[in-house]
Order: sequence, then C-alpha cells, then structure tokens
Amino acid sequence: MAIDTQPGHRLDKRPGGNGTPPVVRRILLDNGALSALVVMVVAMTFMSGDFLSTQNLLNVGVQAAVTAILAFGVTFAIVSGGIDLSVGSVAAFSAVMLGWFTTTEGMPVFLGVLLAILTGTACGLVNGLLISYGKLPPFIATLAMLSAARGLGLVVSDGTPITLPESMSWVGQTLGEWLPVPVLVMIGMGLITAVVLQRTYSGRSMYAIGGNEEAAHLSGIRVPRQKLVIYALVGTFAAVAGIVLATRLASAQPQAATGYELDAIAAVVIGGASLAGGVGKASGTLIGALILAVLRNGLNLLDVSAFWQQVVIGAVIALAVLLDTLRRRA
Amino acid sequence: MSKRKSTSAVILATTVALTASACGSGSNSSGGKDDVKLGFAISALNQPFMVQMKKGAEAEAKAQGASLSVQDAQEDASQQANQVQNFTSQNVKSIIINPVDSDAAGPSVKAAGNAKIPVIAADRGVNKAKVEATVASDNVEGGKMAAKSLAEQLGGKGEILHLRGQVGTSSSRERAKGFTEGLKNYPDIKVVSKQPADFQRAKGLDVTTNVLQSHPDLDGIFAENDEMALGAAKALGAKAGGDIKLVGFDGTPEAIKAVKKGSISSTVAQQPAELGKMAVRNAMRVVEGNPVDPQIKVPVKVVTKKNADRFS
Repeated sequence: MAIDTQPGHRLDKRPGGNGTPPVVRRILLDNGALSALVVMVVAMTFMSGDFLSTQNLLNVGVQAAVTAILAFGVTFAIVSGGIDLSVGSVAAFSAVMLGWFTTTEGMPVFLGVLLAILTGTACGLVNGLLISYGKLPPFIATLAMLSAARGLGLVVSDGTPITLPESMSWVGQTLGEWLPVPVLVMIGMGLITAVVLQRTYSGRSMYAIGGNEEAAHLSGIRVPRQKLVIYALVGTFAAVAGIVLATRLASAQPQAATGYELDAIAAVVIGGASLAGGVGKASGTLIGALILAVLRNGLNLLDVSAFWQQVVIGAVIALAVLLDTLRRRA
Repeated sequence: MSKRKSTSAVILATTVALTASACGSGSNSSGGKDDVKLGFAISALNQPFMVQMKKGAEAEAKAQGASLSVQDAQEDASQQANQVQNFTSQNVKSIIINPVDSDAAGPSVKAAGNAKIPVIAADRGVNKAKVEATVASDNVEGGKMAAKSLAEQLGGKGEILHLRGQVGTSSSRERAKGFTEGLKNYPDIKVVSKQPADFQRAKGLDVTTNVLQSHPDLDGIFAENDEMALGAAKALGAKAGGDIKLVGFDGTPEAIKAVKKGSISSTVAQQPAELGKMAVRNAMRVVEGNPVDPQIKVPVKVVTKKNADRFS
C-alpha cells in the first residue's frame, strides 16, 4: 500500500499534547467525547471511593478491550459510509475456530491463532464480495453474516464451549504484575487503526468513499476493490477481539459476544464518527469504548439496580453524542 | 443478459442445495417401527444447557424408534410460534415445546391443541393453553438449595455477591426468589451487592472484578447459572472456591469439572439431558394413549466435590 499524498482531509492531532491548561481546554472543546469521558471519570471518583485506583482503572481497560478492538474495525466500515453488523458473530466464530484448531486438531498455538485470524479475514472478504460485486447494501450483507457466522460457530463447536489449552491463557492475563495483555492488544490495534486511516492509500480511500462514493470513483479510486479491503480488515479485527475474549475466559464459546456489534457501533458513534460516512478517528473510537466500560464498571461499583442500568446506559449514549453534536453546531 | 440469468440460476440452485442439505442434517429420522414423528421446538441452541436437553431428547427418540425434528427459535418468541405452526401443519404426532416465553407460546400451543396434536412443555411452562404435561426442574427449590449450600460453607455468616441472570426471565426470577427465601434462615449472611451479568461468562467475569473493588472483603458469591459462576471463578483467581465460596446453578459439564477442581464450591445441577428424555418419553406415552402426570418435576441436586463424580 503506497502512502498517498494528502487529499484534502485534515490531520487532527491525537489528544494529549503538552499539559498546559489552555491546550487541555482546547482539546476538550475540540472533542466532545473526550470531555464526556472526563466528566464521567470525575463524577465516578466523587461517587465511589473505589473507582480511582490503579487496579480498577486497569480493570476498566481490560473490560474495554474487546469492545474497543471490535469498534476499531467497525470504524473502517463506518468511515467509508458502510456498517458491519456481523463483528460479534465473526468474533465468536473465529474464537471457536481457534479452540477447534488448537484442541481438536492439536495444532500449535501460533498456527491456531493465525488460522483463527484468517477465519475472520475470510468472513470479512465474503462480506466485501457481497457488498462490492453482489451490490448488496452493507447492512444486509453483514446481517446475513451475523446469522451465518454464529451458525457456523455452533456447528463447529457442536454448541458447547471449547476449553482452550493452558498455554494460551497468558494472552488474557497480565505481563508481569501489572500490564494486562488485552490492554496492550487494544493499544496495538488502535495504533494500527490510526496508521491505516491516516497514512495509507486504503485509509484515505475510506474517507473519500464515505464522503462521496461517486466522486471517489470518478477520481480514480477502485471503489469495489477498496471495499473488499475495508470489510476484510473489519473481519480481521473482529477475529482479534474474539481471540482476546476467548483467552480471557480460557474458553471459546459459540454464544459469546452476542450483541457486541451494537456496543461497537455505539463506541464508534460516541467517538464522533458519522453514520453518513467520511468522518471518524481511531482516538474517538477508543474514547467511545472507554466511556462504555467506565459506565458499566461504575454501575457495578455503585450497585445500581439491574433494571435501571439499561436505562442509564441508554441515556449516557444519547447524552455523549448530543454533547458532540451541540459542540459542532456552536 | 444471459450471463446474468445463468448467475441467478446458479445462486438459486446453491440456495436450494444448501437448504436441502441443512434440512437433511437437521432432522433426525431414525425410521423405527411406525416411524412416529415428533416435533421439538427449542428456545435457543446457543446455550450448552439447551444442547444437552436436545441430546437427551434425541437419544430417547432413537431408543423409542421415533423420529424427532428439532427447531431452534434463537430466543425469538415469534419465530417459535411459526415453528410450532409448521409442526402443526405437518401433522406431527406430538409437539414438545421449550418456550422462549411462557406467555407468548400460548396461542400457537392452543392452535396445535385445536388440531388435536398433544403438546408437552419442557423446562418452562406454557401459560393460557392446555399442555398434556410440563416437564421441568424446580428453580425455586433449586434457589433454596443454593442458599443452604452457600450458607453452610460460610458457617452461617458473611458478605455475599448475588449475580443475577438476564433480568425479566422466569428462570432468573425463580432462582432469585428461592435463593432469597433460603437465605432467611441465615440472618448473619448479608447480600452486599446484587448485580446483573445476563447469564454470560464474560459479564460474570467483568461484574465480579468490578464488585471486588467496592467489596474486597467478599466471602461468597451466588451465580444464577454456571456460565456466570465460571466467569466469577476466573475473576477470583486463586481465591475461587477457597477464600471466597462460589455457588452456581445448572450443572453444566464444565462447571462440574470446576467443582471437582475446587474453583466452584458447589452447583445446583439440573439434569438437562434428563429433561429432554422425560419430555420425549411422555410425548410417546400420550401418543400411545397412556395417561401422563401433568406436572413432572425432574429433581435438582447439589453437586459438591464429594459427589461430583456421579454427575459427569
């Protein structure tokens, strides 16, 4: 993939520069999702004495990891004006394939992981083919995959969870005392997302296609081929998320990650991406996933009633996006 | 134009072939003496519990020489209504239904009754419609047994976390009811946190991790199913089953293994395969014109390290 010379999209600096107050203020004003996250963290710190500890913050990171990795992938689809509803199912299917390769087939772990990731890529390619050459709307193509991949996972596993070999469990644990591997994988995938979006031909094409598909086509972008790349990437990211989830549980479960596609889409949209396409960033998606994780963590710490939790989650999603829209209008 | 036509012909042919092969592998015709056809509408095959129930039912059908067609509603009550309707129009001899929702199953079961097809309810009951028999384990009783088991292991006092299942489901409601009633005999046990983890292992892990931050002195955990208990065991690490007692519900093969290993202290075992078996057996009794008991309770049992060998 050649690094293209910049076509018109502004390169935003990732938030977090040097910490002088005016800069902080500008970053917060520039990024609605980040200010929402800061507000939530401050509020949680006041409401629960257990929130602001290193251990708990690491927990939040670990709990955000799977959603964030899925959401990074979905960012590609959404930036290009598409959508991918199949990521939860593809994640579970890839995890089941990992379990099947490493236990039933007795393959070495690295080979199993590689094949599991390729499973996700293959599912994504099928989505891409249906969308590019079958001319199916992304919503429909990936809806079909949502069902098919879930079913394939059940077929391969015969509906029962597959216990992963002991040698794999370190992926879901910590390196040394502190560093949780899922968080490292999340950061790694986030950096890849940022680089793909900002620095590669494919990334630039995603913005171009999402901004105006006809214009992208007329300016010489091979739209169908780029869409194959986009959905294959989404599938690959979903597989990585599935592997992280399975290793955390030391078990590959065919029914895992049900409904996670909605969390992933929520994270992307909270992070400032537009469902109309052409807008979206890796940093925003990460913040979106962190907002959801902080929220779920906080609701547990505060022992909020089960019925109210769903109401609160809905309200916070709406508020976070509202904050961003208001800021843009101002 | 002709190219496009041939492409669509290929797509059509593939679809037909896929459907046919899927149906072939789905229905389990064993071709017995009279080849009695039974239909089994199951709520969701994405849970190990339901898969076990299906396996028990299939084994019993084979033993009885009946053919059993299994349909999976994927937790969708309206899809299940369609499936029961299809069974009715296929004129199966009897329908076994494992309802997605006890109320929503009523109308389609009633329609089957009007077509003179006897219906057996499995695991969950059907409301406002006549069934020949309901085969179920007693969730309220199981909840009480879980409370007793946890309380005895804690020596009658301590702080506990109660992991709730999917809110609003009858199994979660009944297990919680039994558990709360059972705890009344142990006034020194305090439920310090009651949080939903939707019957899922990943959520059981996350919620337990979070609650341990606000209640680091936890003595015990009751999870309304084994999947959440297995997640909680993961969160507790070395403390699971030792410093912090952990009681699950269902008795899935993986949980029984964990009980043997000691990371889950005990679990209330339902017998899903037995549920499926009893459902088919009673369906056959009805088909053959024999009387059946309208309420068939498949017993639940507490599995501890001592008796775990008998459950695997």
